[in-house]
Amino acid sequence: MARHVVARTTDIPAGGNKVVSVEGREIVVFNVNGEFFALLNRCPHEGAPLAKAACVAHLESDEPGEYRRSRIGEMLRCAWHGWEFDMRTGQSYFDPQHTRIRSYPVEIEDGETLAKGPYVAETFPVTIQESYVLVEI
Amino acid sequence: MRIDCDIHPGLEGTRTTLLPYLDDHWKEQVTSRAIDGLDLTSYPPNMPLSCRPDWRPKKGKPGSSFEALKAQVLDGFGADYAICNVLYGAQAVFDPYMAAGFCRAINDWIAAEWLARDSRLRASIVVPMQAPDLAVEEIERLAGDKRFVAILVLAQGETLLGRRHFWPVYQAAERHKLPLAVHSGSQYRMAPSSIGWPSYRLEYYIAEAQAHQAQLLSLILEGVFGKFPGLKVVLMESGVSWLPAFMWRTNKTWKGVRVEVPWVDRKPADIMREHVRLTIQPFDAPPDQAGIDQLIEQIGSDRMLLFASDYPHWQFDGDEPMPPGLPASLVERMCADNPLETFPRLAANA
Amino acid sequence: MADVLERTHAPSASPKAAKSRLRVIDCDIHPSLNSKAEIFPFLPKRWQEHMKTYGDHLRTPFTSTTPYPRSSPLICRRDAWPPSGRLPGSDLDFMRQQHLDPIDVEFGILQVLDLFIFSQQNLELGAAIQRAINDWQIECWCKPEPRLKPSILVVQDDTEASVAEIERCAATGKYVQINVCPRANEPLGRRRYWPIYAAAEAAGLPLGIHVGGYGGHAPTGSGWPSYYNEEHHSNAHSMAAQLTSLVIEGIPERFPKLKFVFIEGGFGWVPAITWRMDKQWQRFRDEVPHVKRPPSEYVRERFWFTTQPIEEPDNARHLRAVIEWIGIDRLLFSSDYPHWDYDDARFAFKTPLTDAERVKIFNTNARAVYKLD
Repeated sequence: MARHVVARTTDIPAGGNKVVSVEGREIVVFNVNGEFFALLNRCPHEGAPLAKAACVAHLESDEPGEYRRSRIGEMLRCAWHGWEFDMRTGQSYFDPQHTRIRSYPVEIEDGETLAKGPYVAETFPVTIQESYVLVEI
Repeated sequence: MRIDCDIHPGLEGTRTTLLPYLDDHWKEQVTSRAIDGLDLTSYPPNMPLSCRPDWRPKKGKPGSSFEALKAQVLDGFGADYAICNVLYGAQAVFDPYMAAGFCRAINDWIAAEWLARDSRLRASIVVPMQAPDLAVEEIERLAGDKRFVAILVLAQGETLLGRRHFWPVYQAAERHKLPLAVHSGSQYRMAPSSIGWPSYRLEYYIAEAQAHQAQLLSLILEGVFGKFPGLKVVLMESGVSWLPAFMWRTNKTWKGVRVEVPWVDRKPADIMREHVRLTIQPFDAPPDQAGIDQLIEQIGSDRMLLFASDYPHWQFDGDEPMPPGLPASLVERMCADNPLETFPRLAANA
Repeated sequence: MADVLERTHAPSASPKAAKSRLRVIDCDIHPSLNSKAEIFPFLPKRWQEHMKTYGDHLRTPFTSTTPYPRSSPLICRRDAWPPSGRLPGSDLDFMRQQHLDPIDVEFGILQVLDLFIFSQQNLELGAAIQRAINDWQIECWCKPEPRLKPSILVVQDDTEASVAEIERCAATGKYVQINVCPRANEPLGRRRYWPIYAAAEAAGLPLGIHVGGYGGHAPTGSGWPSYYNEEHHSNAHSMAAQLTSLVIEGIPERFPKLKFVFIEGGFGWVPAITWRMDKQWQRFRDEVPHVKRPPSEYVRERFWFTTQPIEEPDNARHLRAVIEWIGIDRLLFSSDYPHWDYDDARFAFKTPLTDAERVKIFNTNARAVYKLD
């Protein structure tokens, strides 16, 4: 497993995402309220790009007419068929054990730390002043 | 043991059969205004499906002879219990109080002239869904009589069965361990499907399968089984073989648009396997044994199917009502275990 | 060699690999107008003005949306919004780039839903729109992109106007199908629509029936459901009812050369309705003496079903059984691009198909039905 620098933290605003290529894989990195998550950019159902998924609340209910929201923005509704996935774990709502998106550990490092290495910089240089998103693959 | 979950005693008319069971007000209305003739358009008495030719009485409506029913269904096919579902259309009149009065009369008539005459007979309570509170009253009135084992509604009514205004009915049903029996038949409030009004009765009968599916969707997606976890629903005379593809499609849509109905917290097909039962007459089977085996495998549960003859409807010829080709273990469950589990009041002493 | 697709893992096929695979005939693509004004060049001034003022008049409560909100904006895949800023399905270049090229579509059959031509209550408006839509398809889609094939849309509740439009368009030799809608005033088997079928048969074109429409009838025999989950499912029910109507009214008997394509209803429901029709026809034969043969025979000879939305049983072998019950020859691949429940030709079939079967479902069945050679 290697840690890859994929973006500056400022590249991905809160509520947004960025698609990066790491070791031949298309990875989508989300920023949810300052926390970063990385998933394979591909729904296990029919291959839809998750970068275009809707980021929504975790929605539960005990009673018809009740809508209990939590973890705002941490669930992905796939861009095509609307399957819901937990951004933190990649697990689907309806079948967490067997239907999931591959997810990858994410770390934030500042440039000063990275200058000491080791890391893999994919496509752009790293400077000391900024913070970076690292994905472990 | 064999339990027949769907038979249809027939009645001649409101002014004849039901008159003794109406209160004084309805007696006068019925006689002075000649209010009668509630045979459902879904089952005109002379239509071939409505009565097998060798069961058709020389006089009177199909299924109206107790002796004939006893000889054919109870002694002939052999039934330890048989559940009477009266299809005379009190549910379909518009006046809710008339509907309630007529339903009451039907229930009292079935108890007095059928259930009292043979300890093997049971019945579903006919209720006026036009006015859910009156339906609840009727359920409460009869709940103490354990010979009533279910609540009967038609597959095509005025509003879909899952809707909120019906929930008090399900609360009462759940409390009294009465499953909801949804039987083919229509109140003809609207076309049987979105395509409009077909020409032929054959099309209407075929459409009943889709009507049952729409009711199931409503019950599941409106959250009725979550709200009333003890409730079971029995689809009667629906055709059965549509079930697996229906399960797949319901699951598929829910997986994608669950956000609309977040109270449906597990796959709809799993809810169905737990809460929904189907009588097997008719069984619109694939034409070969391999197909039947595959269909049974696709249904994925041996608890969902219930034996029924659908007497006197003409669904089969000969003396054996059981559709051919079903595995023996399933047949056994269909005839005894499943009905006993679905209708908990069946074996209680009358 | 069986082509097995795994259920939960990302398939290894990349877009480039599509080129070496089978060329696909996609029987359901939805081109759209970026705005109503884009139809104006094809509409007489009187109707341009009418559309700006009175607009659509459909049997539905809202002027600009359905009362059953869809799963996603404009019913579309969230990634189908072109970078040009145009609406999904309205940008030909983007359609090529996102769908036609990567999937390697050899031919795409157009199904236009915009402007609700089948459901306009003002039948004169409907007649004006049908002409405009049929011209627009050619000018804006099929001429610049020969892979795309147009369908003749007809204002079916005005049969005279429909027949005239069929004759006008069929004479060009450019259209591959005649479209009617399953949710109209009456079931499609009813007598009032027979002149349309006569014209279709005379033109030698199949009749395409795509789900949808605002016929004004409730989606179910017990009225209006609460949820899109239910209403979406009712499309399959309307298709089952239309299959019943066409067969039981004897349309295959009365129009022996006519072929029928059911579009966007899926196909899981087909075997059970066919078995039910066969069984119950035996009991009702004296009501419908014009149905001379078991219904299943007509279905097997004259009806085809596009595959989207594909059925998804937990056990993929069950899907295989359904395909065999219907017959490999009767299925036509469709994507429903750019709608949300789109099926990707590379990944939608999660059940083994032989190479020969793939060729049929993804190409040669449609090739024969639509005479695409």
